[in-house]
Amino acid sequence: MAMRPLLAITVLGLSSVLSAAEGGFFHFPDASELWEVLTLRNYNTRLVVGSTSLLGLASGVIGSFLLLRKRSLMGDTLSHACLPGICIMYLVMTGLGGSGKSLPGLLFGATVTGLLGVWLVMLIRNTTRMKDDSAMGIILSVFYGFGVVLLSVIKGLPDSSAAGLESYIYGKVGSMVLQDFFLIASVTGVVLVASCFLLKEFTLLCFDDAYAGILGWNTHVLDLVLLALVTAVTVIGLQAVGLILIIAFLITPAAAARFWTDDLRIMLFLAGAIGGFSGWFGSSISALTPRLSAGALIVLMAALVFLFSMFFGKTRGVVVRLRSQRRLHRKVGRQHLLRALYELLEEQAGDRFGEFPSNAPVRISSLQAKRSWTPGRLRRLIRQAQKEDHLERSGGETVQLSEPGFGEAARTTRNHRLWETYLITHADVAPQHVDRDADRVEHVLGPELVRQLEEKLARDGKPLVSLPSPHLITPGGAGI
Amino acid sequence: MIQTPSRPDVDSLPTPPEVPTHSPEMPLAIDDLTVAYHNKPVLWDIDLDIPEGKLVGIVGPNGAGKSTLMKACLDLVPKASGRVMVYGKPYKRQRSLVGYVPQRESVDWDYPISALDVVTMGTYGRIGLFRPVRKLHRDTAMNALEHVGIGHLAKRQISQLSGGQQQRVFLARALAQDARLYFMDEPFAAVDASTERAIIDLLHELKDQGKTCLVVHHDLSTVAQYFDWVVLLNMRVVKAGPTEDVFTRENLHATYGGRLALLEEAGQALRDAGR
Repeated sequence: MAMRPLLAITVLGLSSVLSAAEGGFFHFPDASELWEVLTLRNYNTRLVVGSTSLLGLASGVIGSFLLLRKRSLMGDTLSHACLPGICIMYLVMTGLGGSGKSLPGLLFGATVTGLLGVWLVMLIRNTTRMKDDSAMGIILSVFYGFGVVLLSVIKGLPDSSAAGLESYIYGKVGSMVLQDFFLIASVTGVVLVASCFLLKEFTLLCFDDAYAGILGWNTHVLDLVLLALVTAVTVIGLQAVGLILIIAFLITPAAAARFWTDDLRIMLFLAGAIGGFSGWFGSSISALTPRLSAGALIVLMAALVFLFSMFFGKTRGVVVRLRSQRRLHRKVGRQHLLRALYELLEEQAGDRFGEFPSNAPVRISSLQAKRSWTPGRLRRLIRQAQKEDHLERSGGETVQLSEPGFGEAARTTRNHRLWETYLITHADVAPQHVDRDADRVEHVLGPELVRQLEEKLARDGKPLVSLPSPHLITPGGAGI
Repeated sequence: MIQTPSRPDVDSLPTPPEVPTHSPEMPLAIDDLTVAYHNKPVLWDIDLDIPEGKLVGIVGPNGAGKSTLMKACLDLVPKASGRVMVYGKPYKRQRSLVGYVPQRESVDWDYPISALDVVTMGTYGRIGLFRPVRKLHRDTAMNALEHVGIGHLAKRQISQLSGGQQQRVFLARALAQDARLYFMDEPFAAVDASTERAIIDLLHELKDQGKTCLVVHHDLSTVAQYFDWVVLLNMRVVKAGPTEDVFTRENLHATYGGRLALLEEAGQALRDAGR
C-alpha cells in the first residue's frame, strides 16, 4: 500500500502544525473551554466542526474508490493544479473591478486548472510512452510552481488584499461562513447519493474495467464521474484542509479502513466514519488551540487512525500477521520436538516394522543430537511442551512423552512421512532432499489433505499403519 | 459489403445474396481485421468464420496476437480496420450474447470483495446501470459458483483463493452472464489438474447446449484432445478449420516457422496426438 506518500504527508502535516504554532506556546484549554467546544456551544465552532466532519465523510467514501482505482496520486496532481486557477481567477476578478475573493469564482478557477492538470497527465500517458507517475510528477510540480509564481506576483501588486489566498495552500477554517457549510453539505450529499447509486458500477470499474467495457458500460464516462466527484471534494476541501494536505484526507481514511475489512461496503462505511471522526476531532482540537492549523490537525488525526489500523487492524494489521506467524512458528517447533522424540523411541525399539514403539524416557542429550537446536531453544521447546501437557520431565536429564503427547507425536510423524512419501513417489523429489521440503509443508496439512494423501498412497500399496521413514534418518539432518 | 438493416424481422428473412460469406447464424464472423500498436501491425487482415456449437482453440506462438484478436473482437483495443459480426449483427449490438473470461493476471486479486461478488458481476449487464443487485442475481451467481465446484468458497475474499479457484471464479462469472458465445483467454494457464478437468467438463457442457467457445490455448499436446475446431494464428490466420484437417505437421510448421525449439514441441505434440 502507499506507505511512502502517507509518511511524507504525515511529516508535512506535522511541519505545518509546528509552523503555525511557532511564535507562541501551546495554549492549554481549561475545562470550561473544553466543554464549550465539545458541546458545540459556539456558533463558529459548530460551523467549522460540522463542515470538516462532513468533508471527512465525503472524502473517506470517494477516496476509497480513488485508492482502489489506484489513482491516489491523481488526486494529488488535481489538488496541486488548483493553485494557478485560484490566482488567475483572483487577478481576473480584481481586474474586472469586483472583489477578488469571491469564493465561487476562486473555486471555479481551481476546478478548471485542476481538471486541466489531470487531462494533461492523461494526454501525456496516452500519446507518449512515459509512465503515469512521471507524468503526474511533472504536471503536479509545474502547475504548483506556476501558482506560487502567480501568488508572489499578486502579493507585489499595490493595494493588494491577497493575503487570504495563501490559506488555500495550508487551509484555514477560521474564515468559514454559513455559505461554505451549505456548499460542503450539498457536495457531501451528492457524493453519498452517487456512491449509493453507482456502488456496483464503481466496484466493477475499480476491479476490472475491461469487463465493465464488455458489459457495454462506457468506462470513460464512469471514470469521469468518479473524477468529477473527487474534484468536487478536493475543491470544497481546499478552504478547510488546503491543497497540499487534501490528498491525505482522501487517501488516509480509505487506507486505514482497508486494514479492518475485506468487504468493500464495510470499507466505504469505515472510511467515511474515520474521515468524519478525523474532521470532527481535528477541528475540535484546533478550536481549543487556535494557533494550530486545523487542516494539519485533521490530517494528523487521520494519520493516527491509520497508524493504529496498520498495527491493530483486524484483517490485515501487522500485529495480526505477526501473531499468526508466531503461532505457526511455535507449532512447527512443537511438532519438530515431538517427531524427534518419536523417532528416538523408534530407534530404541529397533526395527519392528508396522508396530508402534513403546513410550519410554529419552535423554535430553540425545534429543539435542537429533536436530540442530541450540541448547536454549531446546530448553524453551521442552518447557512449552510441558505446559501443553505433551511432555513430562522425569529426573534431571530425561523427558518422557505424556499420553496425549505420544498420540500427537505419532500423528505428527505419520503426517511428515505421508508427505515425504508423496513427494518422492508423485513429485519426483530426490530422497535426500525430501526431508527439508516436507518440513515446511507438513505443519500446515489439514485433515482433508491428509485424507487425500492417504487415499493416494493407499492406492499405490504403501503401508500406512505406522509408516516407516522413506529415507535414512540421520542425526541432526534437518534443521529448521 | 452491404450491412443488413437492423429491423427486428430481419432474422426471419433468408440471407441476402449480396452477403455470400456469412450466414446470420454464424456466431462470429471477422472481416479484414487489422490491429496495430504504435503503428506496428500485430494482426493482419484477419478473416474468420466460426461455426456454432464448436470448441475452438486459438493456437500460435508467443506474440502471435491471440489475446489481441479477442480484445479487438470485444472492442477492448482499437481496430485499425475491419469489422466483427456476432450472430449476424455488429458486436456492439450483440453484447448480451458474448461472455468473456480474461487472463487471470489482468486484475488485482487483492481487492476487498468476495468470490460471490465477483461472479455476481456477470449479471450486472442484465441488471443495468444504477439499479441495485437483487437476491435473484446473487442466486444466479451462487448457482454458477456451484456449477464450477467452489460454491463453498462463495464468501471467501478473492486473494485467499488458489490460482485454480480464481480461474474458476472467472469462469463462473462468464457462466452467470448466460451468453451464447464465449471468449476465454488462456483459462488453462497455471491451473491444477482438477481445475483443468473441471474446465474441460464445462466446455463440453456449453457445447452440448449449442454454445460456442473460443479458447486461447498454449499447450499443443492437448489441442487435438480438447478442441474440435482450431485457428492457427501468427499475426495472420495461417489456417482455420476442423482440428483433424488443420492441426497437421505442415500447418504447425507454417505457424511456428523458424522457431526450432517450438517446432520440436509441436512435433512431439503431433506424435502424442497419435498422428
